[in-house]
Amino acid sequence: MIARIFALARAEMLILRRNWWLMMATGIMMLFALALTFAGSAPTGTLGVDMLTISVSSMTTLAVYLAPLLALMMSFDAIAGERDRGTLSLLLTYPAGRGEILMGKFLAQVTALGIATALGLGSAGIVAALYGGASPESLIALSRLIATATLLGAVFVALGYGLSALAKSPAAAAGLAAGLWLVFVVLFDLGLLGAVVMDGGGIFTQKIFPWVMVANPADAFRVWNIAASEGVALASGMGGAAKTLPNWAAPVSLLLWPLLAFVSARAVFRRVEP
Amino acid sequence: MMDNALIIRSADKFRGKTQVLTDVDLVVAPGERVALLGHNGAGKSTLIKMILGLTSIDGGDISIDGAKPGSNVARARTAFLPESVNFHPTLTGREQLTLFARLAGGDRPDIDALLDRVGLSEATNNRIATYSKGMRQRLGLAQVLLGQPKVALLDEPTSGLDPISRQDLYAIINELAAHGTAVLIASHALTEVEAQTDRIAILRKGIKVADDTLANLSHNAGLPTRMRILVQAGQADQIAKATGGERINGASVELYCDANQKMQELRRIAAMGDVVADIELTPPRLEDLYRHYSKEGQT
Repeated sequence: MIARIFALARAEMLILRRNWWLMMATGIMMLFALALTFAGSAPTGTLGVDMLTISVSSMTTLAVYLAPLLALMMSFDAIAGERDRGTLSLLLTYPAGRGEILMGKFLAQVTALGIATALGLGSAGIVAALYGGASPESLIALSRLIATATLLGAVFVALGYGLSALAKSPAAAAGLAAGLWLVFVVLFDLGLLGAVVMDGGGIFTQKIFPWVMVANPADAFRVWNIAASEGVALASGMGGAAKTLPNWAAPVSLLLWPLLAFVSARAVFRRVEP
Repeated sequence: MMDNALIIRSADKFRGKTQVLTDVDLVVAPGERVALLGHNGAGKSTLIKMILGLTSIDGGDISIDGAKPGSNVARARTAFLPESVNFHPTLTGREQLTLFARLAGGDRPDIDALLDRVGLSEATNNRIATYSKGMRQRLGLAQVLLGQPKVALLDEPTSGLDPISRQDLYAIINELAAHGTAVLIASHALTEVEAQTDRIAILRKGIKVADDTLANLSHNAGLPTRMRILVQAGQADQIAKATGGERINGASVELYCDANQKMQELRRIAAMGDVVADIELTPPRLEDLYRHYSKEGQT
């Protein structure tokens, strides 16, 4: 089983390298991270934190949008594309279970995403550190950012498999992926914001809102990075909501999501008839 | 019955409320080559998908060398060549075959020898995107040869192949069968398979209407051979009258004769001299066998 998963992962990795996905994703990450780092470097002096801390806080906001997007761009085609090309039926006649097929792809794609994140955000971090200083604390914050961004990407890679198995065609899968991204990353927060405004500081805002927020993997990612580092919280000005939650809430949410998303993607894939 | 590699017993399949396969029985012994014939929509591909475990069986049962369809044992013992097979375009032939070999498990096969066997040794390290349809079909055949399958299912294996490739393909299929693999070839063209198979099963609207050797099928059906006689311009009417055939146009006449009277008829026509320019013989087509056996199936 392990040998089959690695064989699939290896082939998938070759594909990602050849179709320039890895290069493109790394390039996009790096470009945006560098731009944000320098655009956001102004408040260093006033807040009394080093530049890498500012950079990590800017890149946290960036990664909330970018990691899910890049993950979905890669994963939406995983099953719908194979079915469309007619390669799925042959693959399924080999003694590799559907869970193994998904796991092979998942390993390769999450690894690719991890590489792109580490190179993209890491290089921007290094530039920030060289330019405006760093501390052990801000270096830890950077590593945490890279690891959690990859985890966030893993959630959306697995969610992408689910909708790729549901969709009738790659085009439909792409549409679903765009919708999913919009809901998780944009609309969810807007909805919560609306609810908080309407509630006007009542029970919902104080007790329920933080939990609903942290249930979304994208927000859990944000909360984890902000709550874990005082400097980042200070630089982002977003510590408020995060403080009412216990420390474990965001990590548990972000660690559970990839698992749940993968299990449900496998369940949907099981029902697919090539 | 246990010595049969593939046993299908009264298999049923529904798509929604329509029954696409009804009570289909089919057995293939090790080393036997059986053609599964039928038009598009007759249920060939559905039956193959059922054997592969890609779609559920709604009635009856299927055994692959004693294993259930879709089980790991069955999948390890089955090889499949899909209709107009396709692969990931960015992988090379060798990479794709290596992946399949690893998925199949067992001994590491000699990938280069396999690719050489199907005539792809020149293109092993080229991306599949650059392959022609015939080359993809050859690569598909190479993966069939991985790990000595007990049962090989080939769906329209000759589609897109030139005549020489077809010969190569059948040479490889015969070799497979000689090593004891039960081969089931689905096709909609009788001429593709008649000389290359031991037995022919005909599916019509999900019902098996015939299952015998081609010679027996043709004999039982008493199907005539079609002769088209090309004559010199303006002589068609005269020849049509003389042979008892039907005038098609000014230069050709068509007539039908039973298989056992073919030579006699040919001698008679040849004796007509220079007026006859050419004779074209068309043996019974699947269409004819079909029409015959589907009528029989109704009674």
